[in-house]
Amino acid sequence: MTSAGSRGSVTEVLADLRGVVPERQLLTDPSELDTYACDGLAAYRVRPALVVLADSADQVAATVTACARRGVPFVARGSGTGLSGGALPHAEGVLLVTSRLRTLHEVRPQDQRAVVDPGVINLQVSKAANPHGYYFAPDPSSQQICSIGGNVAENSGGAHCLKYGFTSNHVLSLDVVTPQGEQVTLGTEAPDAPGYDLVGAFVGSEGTLGVATRATVRLTRLPQEVRTVLAGFASTDQAGAATSAIIAAGIVPAAIEIMDALAIEAAEKAVSCGYPAGAGAVLVVELDGSALEVEHEYARVEQICREAGTFEFRMATDAAERAEIWKGRKSAFAAVGRISPDYIVQDGVVPRTALPEVLRRMGEISAERGVRVANVFHAGDGNLHPLVLFDASEEGATERAEEVSGMILDLCIEHGGSITGEHGVGADKARYMPRMFTDDDLDTMQLVRCAFDPEGLANPGKVYPTPRLCGERPRVVQGAHPLTADGVEVF
Amino acid sequence: MTGSVLDLIGAACQAREATAADAVDGVTTQVVASPASTEETSALLRACHEHGLAVVVRGHGTKLAWGTPPERVDVVLDTTRMDALVEHSRGDLIATAGAGMPLARLAAHLAEGGHQLVVDDLVAVDRPDGPGGSTLGGAVATNLSGPRRTWVGAMRDLVIGVRFVRPDGTVAKAGGKVVKNVAGYDLSKLLCGSYGSLAVITEVTVRLHPLPEADRWVGTSVEPDRLAAVLAEVVQSQEVPHAVEVRVRPGVRPAVVTLLSGTEAGATARAETLRDRLATLGCEARVHDVAPPWWGVLLHPGQRGGTPVPDGSRPVLLKATARLSGIPQLLEEVTAVQGTATGSAGSGVLYVTLPPGDEVHDHVQRLRSVSTRLGGSLVVLDAPPQTKPGLDSWGAVPGLELMRRVKQEFDPRRTLAPGRFVGGL
Repeated sequence: MTSAGSRGSVTEVLADLRGVVPERQLLTDPSELDTYACDGLAAYRVRPALVVLADSADQVAATVTACARRGVPFVARGSGTGLSGGALPHAEGVLLVTSRLRTLHEVRPQDQRAVVDPGVINLQVSKAANPHGYYFAPDPSSQQICSIGGNVAENSGGAHCLKYGFTSNHVLSLDVVTPQGEQVTLGTEAPDAPGYDLVGAFVGSEGTLGVATRATVRLTRLPQEVRTVLAGFASTDQAGAATSAIIAAGIVPAAIEIMDALAIEAAEKAVSCGYPAGAGAVLVVELDGSALEVEHEYARVEQICREAGTFEFRMATDAAERAEIWKGRKSAFAAVGRISPDYIVQDGVVPRTALPEVLRRMGEISAERGVRVANVFHAGDGNLHPLVLFDASEEGATERAEEVSGMILDLCIEHGGSITGEHGVGADKARYMPRMFTDDDLDTMQLVRCAFDPEGLANPGKVYPTPRLCGERPRVVQGAHPLTADGVEVF
Repeated sequence: MTGSVLDLIGAACQAREATAADAVDGVTTQVVASPASTEETSALLRACHEHGLAVVVRGHGTKLAWGTPPERVDVVLDTTRMDALVEHSRGDLIATAGAGMPLARLAAHLAEGGHQLVVDDLVAVDRPDGPGGSTLGGAVATNLSGPRRTWVGAMRDLVIGVRFVRPDGTVAKAGGKVVKNVAGYDLSKLLCGSYGSLAVITEVTVRLHPLPEADRWVGTSVEPDRLAAVLAEVVQSQEVPHAVEVRVRPGVRPAVVTLLSGTEAGATARAETLRDRLATLGCEARVHDVAPPWWGVLLHPGQRGGTPVPDGSRPVLLKATARLSGIPQLLEEVTAVQGTATGSAGSGVLYVTLPPGDEVHDHVQRLRSVSTRLGGSLVVLDAPPQTKPGLDSWGAVPGLELMRRVKQEFDPRRTLAPGRFVGGL
């Protein structure tokens, strides 16, 4: 096997794959390769040397095996909707696309499980489970196009993970191809498989531990009742105070979202969502569960919002009205394009109690630097999505926006939060990892990397700013046990 | 000899000579060391690592015999001095505490703020000298979970950050104190259920839930041939069951008990609705405002809920899992071998005890093959000393080769709990 230091050639990989993967699934034409040059974070573009459109687990394994044999790096990609450049290709490597593996093998409501290929679209799992009274809980905003394989790689969340958790809480078992080309099943469809929780380690590893080729996921019972409310407030402070009061009342809503005035303005321009006119902030709260409990919680939420000063309080009573309320929120990122030619979507987390202070500081930074920042956030879990607005055609504007974006992450770290709540580290934030973690922390995480991928071929350059050289083993004590100087074997 | 181990670990931390009572599943140790901090833990492990001493981590020792006996033990690392509540951030619904914090004491602290860590301590006991049962670190190391895992998952789903010391003394952390966080690998999950074989956990941050206003239990006993239908009804109920427990014993009709937590009025009404649904299946159920005595604890044969473990009792204790629809069949098999099972029909995890006897080995094999066929696994958590060596504690483990490599990376000298975990790691 070639060491990471001397990369082999993609030509050799291509030769290995001919006859194993049909020719039409091997892309080498530059113009075709260019369509895969970026994922959802288009600021980074790299043309891969080869794209493999695999349509079976065996083809994935053959591709990875060829890469391992030739010492060629590879990057796995699902639908390519990621926002951190996690699927950014490697210029001398293979881009392994799993979106053609899209068989939804089984939906078994009696076991609360579905078995799916990595290319299956997130929303399709819920659609297949709905007739049986179930759904797949993780719901990233991109759920109409993002794939389960990508969700597994990124440990995707969504607005409803406040109550229902992330992808990692909903994956029981994975078939994976390790970076050395082995096909391994991790976990069982029942919980608590014996041994280390490698499913837990794999989910969210951003494609650096291998490629998932099949997932057994948990299905969640559809709630008896769902109520979505929209409350208009004069300021984000008021909306934030209402959020804190809801949590303090012992209510765990399915989602609590806040948008500020600038984000509302953008959403109105883009999708005419009809949010309360003149609002400095809107709060969206979704309650679900048994009808009786939801009724009770709804009454408390209304009371809390009124006490916090809401000037308009609406409730969606059916699916259409609910979709209307969510329309503005779910379209917010794209909508910002209506009020600014360019923007950076940030993804940071702060403890919920630090939200008012962090929002105030963000406002100050924005004013000081003359860079507008629109705010959309999952208020329930302190996950901020500031949208830093700029015009790239203006001299120095891009740099100023990037600086503000970085300062926001520093604020998150300063308050004990995280540099990413759901978009991942990818290529974009690897350089921020040392601000959140010590060298020892990062080194320790990479012990897992070394166990799975000693050659460092799986998605190199992502997540960790400095790769750990694997195989530097401390000398293993092979001699007699120190307390058995007479040489009696105690092992 | 003993003096020399004490000498080797030097001034790393408070330590004493071990007694027979400190043996780990029958394997005697030389020293019990009690670091008071992460830094002392680091100093201790550096010394042990350097001198090739084997270390087994112990909290309250309630689950220390679970798994395979270690090949050797020189030092028992007692975490109970690291028992501080570091933070309970009420507005953030998170708490951080030392690994040695007893779950019972943590629960009392959290309750003051109206919160709870939703983990049922299966080995909870009242001791006159303070809280017994599991420590937080022990709960993480064994990925402890009980009835309410149906609601929020197991310990692995509640831990959001860990501070730990690697076998060579390196101090590291993963995760943090916010629930939503995808920066870097989720080592918390890797350490959950690792039985102290990768690193020594010194501090844990967990996600909390509000304490409900009321709990209601809907209990019924059913004819074995109706069990599948009753479980399906309860598990698929939209009344949001927080736990669905089942108990089978030789000669007794299976019991199914469902927990509904929420507001006073809501929990009562939901429980009554569920009771009425069961009535339509020809099943008489009752609503209770207390749990049955066997709820959420592992009972030894002959032990009744709320009473101490009989002296010297060490039954064959198994954890057997299956897909949800396979639970009735697994229970049938347990009954066929005269076993007792209690566990979560809502998540597919059963705890089984088997009567002693010559056939234990065959019975374990039989149950293991059924569990595996039903999409699960079977682990022998504990067994009497004369029986355990003949049993394969862990069975076939998917992904074992990768686990070996993980162990090799974290603990190449096999300092921590050598031989205790899967595949003799």
